Parts: sequence; structure tokens; C-alpha cells
Amino acid sequence: MRVEGKGIVNRSAPLAFRFDGQEYQGFEGDTLASALLANDVRLVGRSFKYHRPRGILTAGSEEPNALVELGRGAGKLPNVRATVQELFEGLEATSQNRWPSLRRDLLSVNDLAAPFLSAGFYYKTFMWPRSFWERLYEPFIRRAAGLGALSGLDNDEVYEKAYAHCDLLVIGSGPAGLMAALTAARSGADVILAEEDRQFGGRLLSEEEQIGWQPARSWAASVIAELSGMANVRLMARTTITGVYDQGTYGALERVALHRPSGGWAPRECFWRIVAKQAVLAGGAIERPIAFAGNDRPGIMTASALRSYLHRWGVAPGRAVSVFCNNDNAHRSARDLAAAGVEIAAVIDTRADAQVAGDFPTYTGARVVATRGRLGLRQIEIRHAGGRRRIDSDCLAVSGGWNPSVHLTCHTGARPVWTPQIAAFVPAPDAVPGLIPAGAACGVFSTAGCLAEGRRAAREALKALGMRARQISLPEAEDRPYAIAPFWHVPGKGRAFVDFQNDVSVKDVQLAARENYRSVEHMKRYTTQGMATDQGKTSSTGALAVLAEATGRAIAETGTTTFRPPFSPVSIAAMGAGGQGAGFAPQRFTTSHDPSLERDAPMIEAGLWYRPSYFPIKGESHWRQSADREVSMVRNSVGVTDVSTLGKIDIQGKDAEEFLDFVYINTFSTLKEGRVRYGLMLREDGHVMDDGTTARLGPDHYLMTTTTAAAGLVMRHLEFVHQCLVPHLDLQMISVTEQWAQFAIAGPKSRALLNDILDTPLGAEDWPFMACGAVRVGGREARLFRISFSGEHAYELAVPSRYGESLFRLLTQKAEALGGGPYGMEALNVLRIEKGFLTHAEIHGRVTAFDIGMGRMIAPGKDCVGKTMAARPGLNGPEREQLVGLRPVGAVKQLSAGAHLFAAGAPAVRVNSEGYTTSAGFSPTLGSVLALGFLRNGRARHGETVRVVDHLRDTETMVEVCDPVFFDPEGGRVRD
Amino acid sequence: MRIPCPICGPRDRREFYYAGDAVALARPVPGAGEAAWDSYLHLRDNPAGVTRDLWYHEMGCSAWLVVERDTVSHKVLGAALAAEAER
Repeated sequence: MRVEGKGIVNRSAPLAFRFDGQEYQGFEGDTLASALLANDVRLVGRSFKYHRPRGILTAGSEEPNALVELGRGAGKLPNVRATVQELFEGLEATSQNRWPSLRRDLLSVNDLAAPFLSAGFYYKTFMWPRSFWERLYEPFIRRAAGLGALSGLDNDEVYEKAYAHCDLLVIGSGPAGLMAALTAARSGADVILAEEDRQFGGRLLSEEEQIGWQPARSWAASVIAELSGMANVRLMARTTITGVYDQGTYGALERVALHRPSGGWAPRECFWRIVAKQAVLAGGAIERPIAFAGNDRPGIMTASALRSYLHRWGVAPGRAVSVFCNNDNAHRSARDLAAAGVEIAAVIDTRADAQVAGDFPTYTGARVVATRGRLGLRQIEIRHAGGRRRIDSDCLAVSGGWNPSVHLTCHTGARPVWTPQIAAFVPAPDAVPGLIPAGAACGVFSTAGCLAEGRRAAREALKALGMRARQISLPEAEDRPYAIAPFWHVPGKGRAFVDFQNDVSVKDVQLAARENYRSVEHMKRYTTQGMATDQGKTSSTGALAVLAEATGRAIAETGTTTFRPPFSPVSIAAMGAGGQGAGFAPQRFTTSHDPSLERDAPMIEAGLWYRPSYFPIKGESHWRQSADREVSMVRNSVGVTDVSTLGKIDIQGKDAEEFLDFVYINTFSTLKEGRVRYGLMLREDGHVMDDGTTARLGPDHYLMTTTTAAAGLVMRHLEFVHQCLVPHLDLQMISVTEQWAQFAIAGPKSRALLNDILDTPLGAEDWPFMACGAVRVGGREARLFRISFSGEHAYELAVPSRYGESLFRLLTQKAEALGGGPYGMEALNVLRIEKGFLTHAEIHGRVTAFDIGMGRMIAPGKDCVGKTMAARPGLNGPEREQLVGLRPVGAVKQLSAGAHLFAAGAPAVRVNSEGYTTSAGFSPTLGSVLALGFLRNGRARHGETVRVVDHLRDTETMVEVCDPVFFDPEGGRVRD
Repeated sequence: MRIPCPICGPRDRREFYYAGDAVALARPVPGAGEAAWDSYLHLRDNPAGVTRDLWYHEMGCSAWLVVERDTVSHKVLGAALAAEAER
């Protein structure tokens, strides 16, 4: 219920929202949790394993219980913490892990079976039969145990990622964070202040106290007002620092639009990478509960959450409130609520010597031993010096002390240090270079202490930055000492939960210890404590205290589990922002892309490039019809295809020829100007890296082409060879792949076509095979290369990319007039298979120059990359699988790439494999299916019949081994 | 992780291609023998501490760099152009 005169929600702005279909009203400034409590809704979810009724435990991001699904449809968000989710008009939330309804959940029978569901239950029970695991056990367990569900639909919501740099990142905006930010900002540092809440102020928003003669909240507001007016400060609200990485890199998640109805232009979340020269961790502390029987009923919450709901949201979560604690700090909850007019049923302090001042029943040296109330707390039972007593109470505030938020200081491997005075872990000194913990995050809990800590941390950071700290005075503030006596759990019957989200009880931890899972890491995995989405923020210290007790060790000796990023859940959608759908990989389009699409060419991906498969014409209904026609077109008239995707590397310098001699196995220094040569390059280990042609455009000017697939690889390799192996050579190189659009014009009528479009027709005796040089097309400079990947009389014509599209349109139109036209990748592939030309299907990284029949190309008079290792034993000889052609000879004509080769009579099993096919296709020219492949000692076996077996496609074909050049072996056509 | 490229300044490591130990700079002469070539191609130390390795500023100035870093502390100690580095 709301308490009049309390809270900072805007009571003049009511907001309607729905929870499980029921309509409620809250106010602007509410979280879903505060609005539910204001409406007296206490039951908000069912627990993970036992399906026990659960309520709201905290008022912050550490919440283990109050997880809901938000919204509906594709963008539905599961596991949203009601304590973090801001209320907006029309918000729709649904409870999780219950069926058919939250109040009547059938799987709550699990709770009755609890004695059988203890720690390690799955490991012990679902052992056998083994085959049952995947089909029966796992699906059932997954259905029964669980959190919210994703919609299963494509998420069309917008997410974003961003980068930021600063001198100082301040994490958290409580008294320590604000003071640190103010000190650094006034001293001129570039400051980012990140706060996970919507509002800056941290704990100051949830307490009623004074700073420097004004309410603490007003002080916080005045600091924020000053900071927001400074150009060197960036204030980031709703931003959680999720991880700490090397070199001062921080991951951060900003909830940009999750506090508004979906569908706007703003992204839901933004994932930031913030690089900070220095950082101050002022992330505060998290209150931990005490474990006792029935401590998980709705209505039981942390003592600090109670104060938050009262002071910040004007909500009293109960009408008869009791407090159970082991420290003085929690007494504030009783005093503040009493002052607000709420009945305090009892204050129960575990310490016999506790001093509790207030006008309410007080029990010292006492414990809560049981609770009652089926769907929410109704009564508690306590034990004290005077015996047992039942107290009617619908809300119990619990405090077992405070845990500094050390998580971020552990992300790069440091372990926190146990501090007995506060019975908690604090960050290790210098845990992360450049990250300075301050205030409650390092165990200083008074407001005055935190203010001083913030200034101290900022001064340290400024010193490290080499900046002078401006004088700044500390305002007066609350400075009570923190008095605590460690108390972890109330022994006795009944289940006392340590980890609410994963339903881990004190007994589970004790059982783990008994079964010898004594290491804290083993206990964690055996019981699943701390492994839920809250990562054990409220439970880890309690669990390891119970483990320490059960194993007779000290807490310091028991140690903590490892805190890893993220600090709180980060949606994959935010981390992968921009990577959905078309954003998954960049797309590269050739200049002929649009004209190809206009011709209905289906596109296939070649690396990042998109290339046309074939160009269907009227009457063709199958790709083979188009591909066969295109092959015949090239063989009989003329075809045009875009070859711009091949890598083009411009190499210039007086030592360029020496360099080429070093990277290619064959010699390039003898290449004349105006000529092109085929070259093969090896990796240093002696295997083939890539092949292509290199043209000599001028005395010191070469243009190398690479395969499409290896363009980046070769560029990197050439730079490596130049800069790392032969830096004394005088040359420069640059990729010009994107700068030139290049088209192959292939077929007997290719010269006729060219002469139709060139400004000056080619002379009859000029431009023999492998010639190159400058020409002009439409008044523009172009480059012409007489090279061929089809075995036909062919050219490649290159123009600056901006003319690519118009040239392609011109070439295809002219080709059609000659009875030809464009051809795609399918035809290109068949044309080269007919000629035994190679692609990376053949030079796939495990073959040598010897294997592909080019061993003799390795020039004897010079060194080259890979030469020494290519001569290794085992890389040359009859034991190698060598390139061959394969042609069907039996009734079955089917051949596919990836099939294995076996001797005619040998069983088709692995040990008998003598090679494999790499490429296959139907040759309309030869009227036969053809394949290229590698066969052991293949060059000596031409004429032999072998078996090709494709186990995947379940085919078997008898083939004749032959030379890989099936068509025009003399090469007359290309020179014609 | 950021690498201080001598040409471009400190840049995000996503701009770089990693190519392993800087041993690759010391290519043996052709006749150095099997052991030298085997070592050059295949054998690498795996130090806990300072290591020198090669990074290529592929999305930047295309310089090959020798980066000195500490595999334990993850500190990047410096970077030099491979063309000028010691072999």
C-alpha cells in the first residue's frame, strides 16, 4: 500500500499496467516491483525447481525472485527483473514458470517431492539407461525447471552498440561516486558517470538523511545539476557496467528505451565499450539475507529494500512489519517505518547485546525459526530467551549484513579479501590496474565515510592521470559505525534457502560438503548455487559461510567462486547489435549486380561477394538448361562474365620483379612489358597458396590477380613477405580490386565484339595470347588482357569501377547481337573443368605443386617462398594423390565433388580410399559428366578404371582416369 | 585490447590480424638444413610472460608490427614496424 507523504514518485502521473492480465495502477517513477507492492501484490513468481511461491526480495538489480516476462509477440522479454523494470503506461507483464496459473501451479508437487530433489539429484537419479537421457529425462527436466521463454520468433526490435573514451569512468552514483565524479570533473578530467538506475544518487535515494544541512537527495540532485552543466562530463543513467577487461576497457549495457512502450525509433538497449584511463568503482554494497526455515515466502525481503520502497516509492510492503537482523543498520528500517505510521510487529536481533531504540517489541539474542502463509507471509515464529513465540506479521525485513560489490574487481582474475570486522569480502589491493574501489564497494558503509572515499579515489585517479586535483570540501553527513556479528543461518528443521533463484537450501550445501564437494567451486556446481541469472548476488557469501561451517574451515580459507562478466544479464541482441539478418556479414556487390538482377540471375555467395549463377532466358525452366546454353555460347560465339571479384594487386618499384620471383615459384623477371604470365605461389611449408596471372604494365609496374577466395590472404601474405622477409626490396603494393571492374569476353567471336566497342580496333597481328596493354573504350582509358579461363580465344577488359555497369550493359548487348550473351558461375565452372583449370576446390591447402602437375614450374635458379619445404620427402612422388580427370564409363553417369576413389575391386571403406573428387559438372561440349580429382599416383594411371563412391549421396560410378585437360588439350583455340 | 601502431597510434585490436610469434621474421637460408626449417615453421615457445608476436594492421595502414606483450598481465609493452625490427 502507498504511504501518504512518502516517496518521490510523481503522484500526479498515474500509469495503468497489467500483470497476469489484471489491470493495476502505478505512478511515474515506479518500478514494476514498487507498483505491484503498492497494489498489495506480493506473489509474483514460482521458484525454479520446487515451484514455490515467491515474492519480491530486493529493490535492485540483484533480485533473484521477481522475474517476469515483459510484453508479447516477437520482442517478448523473458526474465525481466521487476525491481529494475520501470513502469510505463500500458506495460504488460506475465509471471513465469507456472501452469496453469501463478496461484495454482500444478508443478508445485515438486515441492512435496523435495526430499528427493536434493543437491546432485539429477546426477544420482538420471544415470541410466543412458539412452533415456536425451529422449526422456532432459526434455522433462527442461519443462519442469525453468525461467521465462523466448518467443522463438525473429526479434525485430532495434539494438545498438557504441564506444566511448574518457579519463575517468565512475561506476555508481551514490555518495562515493558523486563525490568522485565531482572532484574529478572540477579538476578538468573527462568524466563518464555510469549509474544502473534511472536516477542518480544510489542509496541516497532510499534513505532519509542529511548531507550538509539539506536532505541527502537534494544534495545528490545539486551535484548532478552541476555535473550536467559541464562539457567534460557525460552522465549515463540506466547504464550498468557489466564487465572489466584489459587496458581499462569496460563493457556497459544501457537500457535506452526499455522504460517506454516498444516500437519507437530508439534502440531498446545499447552495448557500450568504454575505454577509461582510470576508473572508480563506487558500486556500493548488496544486503544479504539470513537463511531460516521458510525464509522464501512472499512478504520476506531485505531490510534495505523495505526502506527503498518506503522512501523512494512511498510504499509499505506490509501492515504489520517485523525485522530480523544481526546488525544495527537494519534497525533503521523499523524506525523509519514506525515514523511513517506503519505498525512494527517485532525487531528480532540475533545479538544478545544489541541495543535497539524504538517504540516496538524487541527481541535480542533471538531467531526466526519458522514462517506461515501459503501464498504470502502471515505469521512468523521466533525463539528467544523467553521461549518460542508466534507473531502475526505480513512482512519480514531481513538483514544478514552487507556485501561490498566486489564483482568487477574480480573480472580479470583477482580474488577478494575477507575482512572479519565487517564479515564480508572487500576488493584485493590493485585487483585491476587503474580501477580504484571506493566507499561501500570497499567496505566503508557510513555516508560521511563514502563521501571521503569518493574524494580520495578521485584524487588517486587524478594523480595517475597526471592532473592536479582541485580543492573540494566534504559536506557533513551521517557517520554511524557499522556494528555486526556474523550470523548466517538458523539451524533446525525445514528448508532454509540460501539461493532463492536456484532453490538451494542450507541442507543442500551441507549435503555437498558431506559428499566431499568441499571446494567452493565444486559445491557451486553440485548444488547449482550462484549459477542462476542473478549469479548469486544475494547468496554466494551465505552459501560459502555454510560450507565453511560444514567443513570446519574459516570463510577466508574457503574462498569465493570466480566472478566473471557480465555483472548482470546482457541480452545477446545488444551484444550482437547490427549483426542480425543482412547485418550478419558484409555484402560485396560487383558493378554488374543490378543489370544481373534485371536479367533474373540467381545470385550465389562467393566469400562476401555475390555473383550470378546463370542468366535464364525465356523458355528455360531448369538451371542446367541455362548453364548448358551458356557453355555452348562461349564455345561457339561469345560470352561475357564479370570477373571483378578476383583480387587485383598493383605492385610498383624497381625491385618489384625480384619480389615476384621470390613469391612465385616460376620466374617473372623475364616477363616482358605488355605481357601476362600465369604464376603459382606456395606457402612457406611447401603447399600451394594461390594461383593467378600477373601482367607487366610498365618497366617497374605489375598487376597481379589472385583468386576471389584468396584475395585477402594473398594481399596479407605479400605484405608479410615484403615487410618481414625482404624489407630491403624497393617496392610498394596496394589492392585495386574495388577500383577496377573487369569482364571476361570469351569465345571465337570475342575479338569481333571487342573491335565493335574499342575506340581503335585491334590490329590483326597485335594482341597475341597473353598480351596486355592500354586501350580506350568510349573515350575512357581501359586495360585489356588477352587471357582465358575458358580455353577459348578470350580477353579481360578492365575499366575504372564507375564505368563497370555501363560497360557490362554494352558488352552483353553487343554479345547478344553476335549470338552470345552473359554467362554465370555455373557455366564458368564447367568451362574450366573441361580445360582442367584449377580453383580452390583443387588447391585447397593440402596439395603441392607436384600434386597438380606443376612441380617442374619451380624455377631452379632462384629461391622462393615454399621452395625448400616443397622438396621435403613425402611431398613428391608416387605416394602422392595427383590431379586427374575422371569420366564415367559404366551405366551410372553421376559424379559429385567430395566422393572417394577406390580400386575397381576394393571395398569402399576408408582404408581403401585412394583419393577423392574435387569438382564435377556436365559438359555439354563433350556430352558427358566430368570430374576433377586427386588419385594416388594418378598421373601414371591414365586409362585405368576406378570406382567413385559418394557415401553421402549414396552413389557409385565407374570412371576412367584421364588427363585433367578434357577439351582441346593442345590449346589451339586459345591462341587462334 | 589496443595496439600502439607506430603509424596510426593506439588502435583497437579488431583492426589487426594476428600471425603468431615474431620468430617468423628469421627465415633460414635455403640450405640451413631440416632442423632449422622445422624449427622456423613449426616450433614455438609458449612463454608465461613477455612475448613478441606479429600483428598485421589489416584494417589500417597495412603495416606488419612486432608487438611486445605480457601473456600473464596482458600488458601491451610496445609495437615496432616489422620491417625495422631485429631479426
